[in-house]
Amino acid sequence: MPSATPAIEVAELEKRYGDVRAVAGLSLTVDPGEVFGLLGPNGAGKTTTVEILEGYRRPDDGQVRVLGLDPIRDGRRLRPQIGVMLQEGGIYPGVRPLEALRLFAAYYDDPADPEALLEQVGLSESRATLVRRLSGGQQQRLSLALALIGRPGLVFLDEPTAGMDPHARTTTWGLVRQLRDDGVTVLLTTHAMDEAEQLCDRVGIIVAGQLVTCGTPAELTLDAANDETRFSAAPGLDRPSLARAVGVDSAAVLEERPGEYLLAVEATPAVVADLAVWLRDHDVRLGELRAGRRTLEEVFLRVTSEARP
Amino acid sequence: MSRSALRAVLAQSRVELVLTLRRGESLVVSILIPVGILVFFAKVDVVPTLRDPVQFLVPGVLALAVMSTAMVSLGIATGYERRYGVLKRLGSTPLSRAGLLTAKTASVLALEVVQAVVLLAVGAALGWHAEGSIGAAIGLLLLGTVAFAGIGLLFAGMLRAEANLAVANALFLGLLFLGGMAYPLGKLPGVLQTFARGLPAAALSDTVRQALSAGPISIGALATLIGWAIGAPLLAARTFRWEE
Repeated sequence: MPSATPAIEVAELEKRYGDVRAVAGLSLTVDPGEVFGLLGPNGAGKTTTVEILEGYRRPDDGQVRVLGLDPIRDGRRLRPQIGVMLQEGGIYPGVRPLEALRLFAAYYDDPADPEALLEQVGLSESRATLVRRLSGGQQQRLSLALALIGRPGLVFLDEPTAGMDPHARTTTWGLVRQLRDDGVTVLLTTHAMDEAEQLCDRVGIIVAGQLVTCGTPAELTLDAANDETRFSAAPGLDRPSLARAVGVDSAAVLEERPGEYLLAVEATPAVVADLAVWLRDHDVRLGELRAGRRTLEEVFLRVTSEARP
Repeated sequence: MSRSALRAVLAQSRVELVLTLRRGESLVVSILIPVGILVFFAKVDVVPTLRDPVQFLVPGVLALAVMSTAMVSLGIATGYERRYGVLKRLGSTPLSRAGLLTAKTASVLALEVVQAVVLLAVGAALGWHAEGSIGAAIGLLLLGTVAFAGIGLLFAGMLRAEANLAVANALFLGLLFLGGMAYPLGKLPGVLQTFARGLPAAALSDTVRQALSAGPISIGALATLIGWAIGAPLLAARTFRWEE
C-alpha cells in the first residue's frame, strides 16, 4: 500500500561528471517497507544514484528526499536511520569481524546484538579472523551485517551478493526477506535477475541515467510479452513444416539456440494445440513450453538494448 | 559532546589504537628507531664536538618520535583507510568527522605518551636529566604533533596509498637528516642549514632542546613551528579527498 510519505523520493535527478550525464532526469519513488531493486547495465548510473541517496554525492539538479530528509543538509539526522553496504570495501583490513561490529554498534543508540548478527550472516566461526584473511564473500556478509547493526529503517545494498557462493547468497536472501518482514525498506542494486525476481517487490531498470521501466517483477515479465511462444525440444526440427502447422510465416519460427525455439505468435489455445499436434505427429519430445511471460532477464535485455542509442 | 557521541569516539579511539599496535612495522618506526638512534649516537662518538651527547639527543629523539607517530604512522594508516573505502563507509555512519578526528588524535597522543616514557627511561639510564621546563617541552611537542599530523594527512588525502607510503617514509628519513635530531644542524653546509631551519623537524627539535636545557627559546624556530602547525592542517583540510 503506498503511504503518505515515501521512504525515497527522487524527482528529475541530474548528476554530471564532466561531459557525461551519469544520471539524466531520473524520477523514482520507493514506498516504506518495500524491497526495491535497481537494475541496469554497467555504467547506467545505479551506484551514482544510490550514493546520492546515501549523502555521498551532491546532485547537480533535481529533488531527493530520503525518509523525508535531504541526504546532505539533514545528514546528521538521516545517518542514524540508514544502513549502507558499499559495492566493495569499507572495513579495516586489520580488524576482526566481531570487533568491527562492536565498533559500529557504538555509533548507534539502540544497536542490534553484534554476536547474534554475526551468527545470522554465518560468520560466527570467523569472528576472530582478520578481515584481510576473509574470503570476498565473507567480507561481503560482514559488510551486510555492518549495514544492519544500527537497526536501520532503510537499507541500501549495492550489489549485495556479488562474489558470493550459493550458500552465502541464500543466507543473504533470507536476511533481506527478514528485513521486509520487519518492515524495513530496502533499496538494492543487482545484476542477478533471479535475485531481483526472488527478492524485490518492485524493480526499476535504469539505462543511461534514466528510469526506463518500473513495476513488480510479475508486471514486467507479463507486460507486452504476449506475442511470443517458446519451447525447447531436440535441435534441428523442420521449422517450415512447424510454421505451416501453426499457421504462421516460416520466418516467425526461430531456433534461437540449438533446441531452443521461438514462435513469434501469441500463445492462443489454438496455437498451443497446433504445436502439440505437430509434436505428436513428428514424435518430438517437449522439454519446456513457455508462453505469455518472459523471464526478467529477457525483459531486461530487451529493454536495455532498445533504450540504448 | 553528547553521551552517544562520546561513546562513539571512545570506541573509535580504542580501535584506532588497537590497529596501530597491530601494525608491527609502525611500532618499529615509532619506538625502535628513536631508541636505536638515542643509544647509538650516545655510545658511539660520531660527533666528537658535542660535550654531552645524551643531553643533546633526548630532545631530538622526542621530536623524532612525534614525527614518526603523527606524520608517518597516522599518514600511512589514513591513506590505506582511504584506499579500502573505510573513510567513505564511516561517512554514512553517525560518527561525525570531528568525532573521527578526535579519535585519531587520542590514539596518536596515547602512543606518544608511550614513546616519551620509553625514551625518557632509556635517556635517564644513559645519564640524561631535565634542566629546564618539562611543561614547555610538552607544549612544543603538542604543537609539533599538530604540524606533523597536518603534513601526514595532507599526503594521505591526496596521493594513492602506495605513493603516500613512499612519501611518508622518504619525508621521515629526509627530516631525520635535516632535523637536528641526531647531530647538530651546524654540521650541515650553509645553504642546506638555512633550508633545514625552515622545516618543522629542526624547529621542533631545537625548541624542545632549548626548553629542556633552560635556555631561551628561539623566536624564529618557534614561529616556524607555529607556521607549520597552522598551515599544514589547513592545507590538508582543504585538499583532503575522502575517496581514492
